Amino acid sequence: MEILVASAIGILTAGGLYLVMRLRTFPVIMGISLLTYAVNVFLFASGRLTVGAPPILTDATTYADPLPQALVLTAIVISFGMTAVVVMIALGAYLGGDDDTVDDQPVEDAQ
Amino acid sequence: MSLFLIVALPFLGALLPGLMNSAGRAATAGVTFMVSLLAFIGLLTNLPAVWAGELVTARLDWIPLLGLNVTLMLDGLGFFFALLILGIGLLIITYGRSYLSRDDNMGEFFTYLLLFQGAMVGIVLSDNILLLLIFWELTSLSSFLLIGYWKHLPEGRQGARMALTVTGMGGLAMIGGMLLLGQIVGSYDLSVILQSRELIQASPLYLPALILILLGCFTKSAQFPFHFWLPHAMAAPTPVSAYLHSATMVKAGIFLMARMWPVLSGTPEWFVIVTTVGLITMVLGAVIALFKHDLKSLLAFSTVSHLGLITMLLGTGTAFGTMAAMFHILNHATFKAALFMSAGIVDHEAHTRDIRRLGGLRHLMPVTFVIATLAALSMAGIPLLNGFLSKEMMLEEANHTVLFGMPLLVPVMATIGSLFSAAYCFRFISHTFLGPQRDDYPTTPHDPPAGLWMPPAFLVTLVVVIGVAPFVAEPFIKMVTASVLGDAAEVPKAYFKIWHGLVPALFMSIIAVVGGLLLLMIFKPALAIWDKTPRPEAKTIFDVLIAAVVGLSRRIIAPLHDGAFTRYAAIMAVTIVGVGYHAWATGTVGAPTRAVQPTNFVQIAGWLMLVAATCGLVVLHRNRLLSLILIGIVGLVVSVGFVFFSAPDLAMTQLTVEVVTIVLLLLTLNFLPNKTPVESTLLRRTRDGVIAIGGGLATAALAFHYLLRDSVAPTISDFHLANSYKGGGGTNVVNVILVDFRGFDTYGEIIVLGIAALLIYALTETLLDGPVRARLLNRKPDQPRAGGMHPMMMVVMTRLIMPVVLMVALYIFLRGHNQPGGGFIAGLVASIAVVMQYMASGFSWTSARLRYPYHGVIGAGVLIAGLTGIGSWFFAKPFLTSDFTYVRIPPFEKFELATAALFDLGVFLAVVGAVMLSLESFSRLARRAHVRDSEHPMDIDPSRDQDKAEV
Repeated sequence: MEILVASAIGILTAGGLYLVMRLRTFPVIMGISLLTYAVNVFLFASGRLTVGAPPILTDATTYADPLPQALVLTAIVISFGMTAVVVMIALGAYLGGDDDTVDDQPVEDAQ
Repeated sequence: MSLFLIVALPFLGALLPGLMNSAGRAATAGVTFMVSLLAFIGLLTNLPAVWAGELVTARLDWIPLLGLNVTLMLDGLGFFFALLILGIGLLIITYGRSYLSRDDNMGEFFTYLLLFQGAMVGIVLSDNILLLLIFWELTSLSSFLLIGYWKHLPEGRQGARMALTVTGMGGLAMIGGMLLLGQIVGSYDLSVILQSRELIQASPLYLPALILILLGCFTKSAQFPFHFWLPHAMAAPTPVSAYLHSATMVKAGIFLMARMWPVLSGTPEWFVIVTTVGLITMVLGAVIALFKHDLKSLLAFSTVSHLGLITMLLGTGTAFGTMAAMFHILNHATFKAALFMSAGIVDHEAHTRDIRRLGGLRHLMPVTFVIATLAALSMAGIPLLNGFLSKEMMLEEANHTVLFGMPLLVPVMATIGSLFSAAYCFRFISHTFLGPQRDDYPTTPHDPPAGLWMPPAFLVTLVVVIGVAPFVAEPFIKMVTASVLGDAAEVPKAYFKIWHGLVPALFMSIIAVVGGLLLLMIFKPALAIWDKTPRPEAKTIFDVLIAAVVGLSRRIIAPLHDGAFTRYAAIMAVTIVGVGYHAWATGTVGAPTRAVQPTNFVQIAGWLMLVAATCGLVVLHRNRLLSLILIGIVGLVVSVGFVFFSAPDLAMTQLTVEVVTIVLLLLTLNFLPNKTPVESTLLRRTRDGVIAIGGGLATAALAFHYLLRDSVAPTISDFHLANSYKGGGGTNVVNVILVDFRGFDTYGEIIVLGIAALLIYALTETLLDGPVRARLLNRKPDQPRAGGMHPMMMVVMTRLIMPVVLMVALYIFLRGHNQPGGGFIAGLVASIAVVMQYMASGFSWTSARLRYPYHGVIGAGVLIAGLTGIGSWFFAKPFLTSDFTYVRIPPFEKFELATAALFDLGVFLAVVGAVMLSLESFSRLARRAHVRDSEHPMDIDPSRDQDKAEV
């Protein structure tokens, strides 16, 4: 099971990294989203994997680690805010300049 | 007055001149004057204590862990300098009021001046060397603003840049020196450092610390070879030159040498470095000054020379030398500030400072003539003026100083320096004021208004009074000297008097004055020789150096930082993987401690979905709509994964965030092109693929590694599990962590979320105000629009569902403390309910029914959360301490009331507001674009048609 989670994190990271290195804003935003998943799952997994023991106090003796969960919960919400801001900037750049490439053109090319 | 107030007054007062600007020039100058006067009086109230030898202190812990505290102290030395800074400041403000023309922005000028004044007072009153460094840098910055005050003059800008570069580099060196000093002593408090002379001088770090600190002092006080910036700083308005470059800032280096004198001086290193540098600077400055034609340049180099003199005196390391240095600081401040102001008057009235175009002004400007002449004669070292007294003491000290084993070296050099000094003083007087009256001045000069001549006249009065009756200044200077020396040495018994008998110093003085007169007689041939001698031009060397450094930086930075985001991403990924690999390869990896858990078919199926969706996304990312669907699948699988791995809260959050994110991206895709074109080469895609796979492998390996091992140190999670119910009153530990244990973090997070939403709102507003608006209005959709924008079925469904969804949100919110749920999730669910109305019924219809603006909702959320936190103060508990109790109101079951629920309400509101404000902003763009938005919710509305039929 551990290998599945670890490899999933790796695949999400690889996909995210590849898309982040694309030249247009939209794939880059997709890439950032994939990286967000990867990072969130990575952080979550730092509490190790526990099946069937949510950190809701009952008579049970073992619980999943609640701390990474709390951390990731806010991270998910914040990442929505961050995505929204990045998207807004990308959109503003596109609407303002009619261009959705992410790289600055070298000065000599711009002329 | 408290020392804090004395330091803070100029800074606080700096806010006023700008505000008073529209009230007129007199009011602006007046308020500046009052601020300085208050600080000045505040300083004087401390005089009795300082005079009695007490150490006035004020202390406030700032960052005690770093050893950085706001500790101020006032002793004789600090008092002396603060007196100069504030006292001469008052004169400069008076002078500046008359000097600046109507075109100059007076509020700006006085703001900078007060900032500078505050920084200087801060330096001399600091008891903490880190604090001192902060003020030190502040003087560099504010003097940069003052030198470059006339922004239209290129010399002003260049001079300001040069001054900032040189003093800034020196400041950097000094930071290093001070940190070393703090390391040696183990404290950054001056009062501790000053007691640690043996410890410091025995340390192997003494020499590096000394050199670094001296670099800071020498650059600030324009000592050779850093003297070149001072003349270029003369492009500043004359009040600035008179203030910064004669009396205050350039003396900051001297001040620091005096401050550190008890612990740093007395070693051969100190003696050789400081005395030599001072001696060279003194002679070099005096020689160059003689041949300068610009009055202010002449004075600038003479300042360099006199600073060298003071440095040399401090370098000797004797008590007498120190006393002479302190006396000369006072004398130099009086006569040099007066001279600068006189030069400014000449410039102001005759519209030139070129000494070759002047001469014969004594009849035209008699008052200025008297002031300038007295001040210049004092500088030349003529008896009955104060410059003579300290120069005699300097020569006396020089006679006893043996440098490099040559007993004659210092006395001869000192005499030569004095000779040139006398010569340029005489030149200043005779070439400006004496000689025949000319008829080719740019404008015919006459004496200025009182505002310009009163301040220098006051200083010249001091020059004469001290010169005639030196015993007036003696107790004060001895008090200052005593505080410089500390316990290191006794204050010399020597009295300040005009006639010491036929001592060698007197003969050296006579040689200097007579020699100076003779030199002036042969000035023309001397100038011809000087002009023919090749000399290195400091500015050229400086410019070449700067150009070289800039070129080098550019060569390093350009390949890394060329504006290509993709390149940064690649560099960052490779670097992180590289560093991680290094850590992996050099560290030790323990054996696995956890067993691998069994895998079943469902997990593999989920994994396959995730992998397929991710790979599909990468391969098909050019089709943007398709990639949205694929990323949705990824999000769903991640949510399911959270459910499976015992994180129901996370799963609910992920699921709801997924919905709003997809809505957001759909709104965006409305504007962006639907396809991504193929632009990168195959080679590049291969390169990116290799980097990506490398990064993925590294992350996977790291995750796999720690999943099979327990954490090395015990985690704090057990504490949370144990105390969640007992201390926080909730069984959902994740929620209790969010709203209670780590409530402050959550509070910060909702604020960040609110700021992000406001940022999006602001960006939208900016876009809609700009040229984008016209483009949006004229935009034609690139796809055929589907008919029926608001289908009746969907409108009716969403409205029916809305109360149900809100009920669910409320339920999730209320149970959050004990069961999966809480403010974040409830907020997202409620947002989805509202978003559905926008989607189904349209923007106008929904907005018209909106009762509270979303900004207000965000604000209310943050406010409620904050007030909940503050509430605990009333029970003498720290911010955000929570409490809970159980109540029973029949016929309900017993239930819990917790302050954490109130905090969670704040979270809920902030999340709703932030999500809705973001989405609303995006849809506002869409609305302007192409949608004929009707206020009717439904395209086909039987009831409306019926109404029409009836009409």
